[in-house]
Amino acid sequence: MVKLRNIFFSTVALALPLLLSGCNAVVLNPKGVVAVDEKHLLITALLLMLTIVLPVIILTAVISRRYRASNKEAKYSPDWSHSYVLEAIWWGVPIIIISILATITWISTHHLDPHRPLVSDKKPLVIQVVALQWRWLFIYPEQNIATMNYVEFPTNVPVTFLITADAPMNSFQIPQLGGQIYAMAGMQTQLHLMANEPGIYEGRSVNFSGDGFTGMAFTATATPSEDEFNQWVTTVKSSGTPLTFDAYKQLAKPSEDVSVQNYSSAQNALFDNIIMKFMMPNTPLQDSPANLAPASSN
Amino acid sequence: MLEQLLFGKLTLDAIPYQNPIIMGAGGFMVLCALAVIGALFYFKRWTWLWKEWLTSVDHKKIGIMYIILATIMLLRGFSDAIMMRTQQAIAVGSNMGYLPPEHYDQVFTAHGVIMIFFMATALVFGLVNIIVPLQIGARDVAYPYLNSLSFWLTVSGAALVMVCLVVGDFAATGWLAYPPLSELAYSPGEGVDYYLWALTLSGVGTLIGGINIFVTIIKMRCPGMTLMKMPLFTWSVLCSMILVIVSFPILNITLGMLFLDRFFGMHFFTAGFGGNAMMYVNLIWSWGHPEVYILVLPAFGIYSEIVATFCKKTLFGYTAMVWATIAIAFLSFTVWLHHFFTMGAGANVNSAFGIATMIISVPTGVKIFNWLATMYQGRITFTTPMMWTIAFLVTFSIGGMTGVLMSVPGVDFQVHNSVFLIAHFHNTIIGGVVFGLFAGYSYWFPKMFGFTLNERIGKYAFWCWVSGFYIAFMPLYALGLMGMTRRLNHYSEASGFHPYLVVAMIGAFIIFCGIALQIIQLIVSIKQRKQNRDLTGDPWDARTLEWSIPSPPPFYNFAIDPVVDSRDPFWVEKQKQHESGYVAEKPHYTDIHMPRNTSMGFIIGLLGFVFGFAMVWNMVIPAAVSGIAMLFFILMRMCDFNTDYYVKAAEVEKIEAELSTGVKQ
Repeated sequence: MVKLRNIFFSTVALALPLLLSGCNAVVLNPKGVVAVDEKHLLITALLLMLTIVLPVIILTAVISRRYRASNKEAKYSPDWSHSYVLEAIWWGVPIIIISILATITWISTHHLDPHRPLVSDKKPLVIQVVALQWRWLFIYPEQNIATMNYVEFPTNVPVTFLITADAPMNSFQIPQLGGQIYAMAGMQTQLHLMANEPGIYEGRSVNFSGDGFTGMAFTATATPSEDEFNQWVTTVKSSGTPLTFDAYKQLAKPSEDVSVQNYSSAQNALFDNIIMKFMMPNTPLQDSPANLAPASSN
Repeated sequence: MLEQLLFGKLTLDAIPYQNPIIMGAGGFMVLCALAVIGALFYFKRWTWLWKEWLTSVDHKKIGIMYIILATIMLLRGFSDAIMMRTQQAIAVGSNMGYLPPEHYDQVFTAHGVIMIFFMATALVFGLVNIIVPLQIGARDVAYPYLNSLSFWLTVSGAALVMVCLVVGDFAATGWLAYPPLSELAYSPGEGVDYYLWALTLSGVGTLIGGINIFVTIIKMRCPGMTLMKMPLFTWSVLCSMILVIVSFPILNITLGMLFLDRFFGMHFFTAGFGGNAMMYVNLIWSWGHPEVYILVLPAFGIYSEIVATFCKKTLFGYTAMVWATIAIAFLSFTVWLHHFFTMGAGANVNSAFGIATMIISVPTGVKIFNWLATMYQGRITFTTPMMWTIAFLVTFSIGGMTGVLMSVPGVDFQVHNSVFLIAHFHNTIIGGVVFGLFAGYSYWFPKMFGFTLNERIGKYAFWCWVSGFYIAFMPLYALGLMGMTRRLNHYSEASGFHPYLVVAMIGAFIIFCGIALQIIQLIVSIKQRKQNRDLTGDPWDARTLEWSIPSPPPFYNFAIDPVVDSRDPFWVEKQKQHESGYVAEKPHYTDIHMPRNTSMGFIIGLLGFVFGFAMVWNMVIPAAVSGIAMLFFILMRMCDFNTDYYVKAAEVEKIEAELSTGVKQ
């Protein structure tokens, strides 16, 4: 018995450094404004909770040891079962801590609301994101290009991701830049992110969406400057094929091919059509968003 | 045409002959079944099985059958867990592991479904069934036949999950089967139908069971047991059953709507034609979050009983404990949205649900402090149940802490759907529910069977479980922060996940040793039952009514209706006996009113299984026949008025005399 207990405690001691060595933890190594705030929030909440949880763990150990039946020196009060003072303390202290955390939650949730545009003097870059079975299509409406499984944007420029799906429910996340938001068919969700440092970041779907889900990852590159981003746009324009409605229909079929593709131009209103495909399933494809208004069909 | 009506979509191709893992598991199941059938023939036990068990309405026997079901399903669910851990430990880089996605996805779906519905829920209902009537001084539950029916409906659901291992596929959608993935468009196979029918059958069973236990507690307490004198286990079960009654209809209706979508081409949750998958996600979690508390509240009750018993001390802060339980039960209905902060709700909604979630930690924390205060200035004996309780206090605090972290939407955006979440809910479900159920199992085992479990092996199992748990799940917290998504089939070398997943797999195998030791403990204890016999009915010097009667109790439980005037009636009674001049009253027996056994629960459950299976495979004739037969038997039972009888006072006196001479020997 004693042996097994020792094995237990020594493994715990050995496991701790292994856990702490998780410094390549992307969540704790943020590269974007949103992710930085989220990391601070995580640490604040953790410290607040530890003020309760650590004493509980220590008390459990101390009390179990001190009041073991074999220790006849310890006081024994078999009928002591009530104390207003003590109960007031352990209703009161958690209420205070939770009130602090609740205030932090209210403020931070509004601050980190995915719908809220980021504060910056630069004009945000809009990227439309479509979760397919099982890959990611990125459409740049202002640049009129599109890419598959690869997204690029300049550092220190806010990026507005408009997200939908032509697939089961997925979730769009680039952990080092910030939290996730679901990608759902027939709907558009939003996520505002901004990279603080140039770099190459992993992104992926984090909500299970079927057999090809594991491979549903993409690369996000934050270029050092806007010039480099513009150069990349020019390269894409000259290298790929155009993304027409017909080309899109091919893409929408289930595929686990996660290679990177470039499209020199994107069909006008493609993103709106993908959403409307579910809202109004029998509506023909329209190349102008104005024609897609629900009133135009019966 | 007739073949179509008889067999629907089912053909021999549904059996995956080419898959050695599935066929091996199926073969093993068939061998086990054959061994049981062979043993029944060999020992000529068929009549015994039918009369004493299958048709029994005795709450203690039904409870034991629930525990047997839960054990079998634990083994199945745990095999799934080992398969996942092994797959993730080897599928790094170019190695794709041994489970292709279409199989792996079914494995994690089945693991979740089985562990929640058929392991944890069944084990809770098993202990509740056995102990609640004994604790409140009742002779059975309020509706004994419905109790049998709930059990057999749960079995029929479990049987569907077992059958689909060999015949066809199970759902590959995740354990909550979010649409549109679970809709016909993306999951055209029979897997989701198996899921729907297994959960519908067992869901109806659980709902009936919940109503039954609720009415039992409200109506059948012995004289003197006011609500505020009920043992805390009974209190927590009362709250848990209220949650069952309110939340399980949501589950059944939601699954019913998904069935309508799939079967009749409706559009409640489809991606197009006005369907809205977000509605399903809301509905399923309005059941799913209370479900967590349905499981954990009875576990809290078990800890309360154990702490008081093994610290030899009155439970600290009874009134606060009761109100904390009620508060948790109420709040559990106000927080479902925290399972999907990331679905795009606004900041006001997200923060409201986040704050409601963290408020739950206040009454939960109060309970933990009250348990600690009970231990303070007590005389703690470290029996297995008490050790599970201490492990719970530490483990659950950690799980609660990570839960509060994730209730902050800003944090949740980062760690949601990562293995951090997996670590969190296993931390609370294993550390809270499973430890509690194991504690209750070893605590009440002598009450069920009349002998105690082997403590030594029990402690070995305990240390394997606890250390295995930490080794298996602490790495997942780290992995979650490293950005590892849940349900991944494989991952790249560069991710750095591999060493952590190997450690997690080792942890899972240590838990496996714990389970093996528990089985060995049971076998050894049965072998040593003569020397471990519990002759007093009170092996732990405990406090509540169930310990005042022999172990195992006679079928009518209490020969004389107990009368209660305190919270720890049996303890007070024992104290009185120690006083000088105490004279035990001579018992005066009267006739006892008891329910008759009935085969209807078993037959309707069996037909439920046939109906579910027929619906999965669109077999028109079998579905119609079994459906009509079910209705017929339900009506037949309703017209049966010969459902009870009296045990004569003389008979009771004879049984009691035998029991007391048994004690003397």
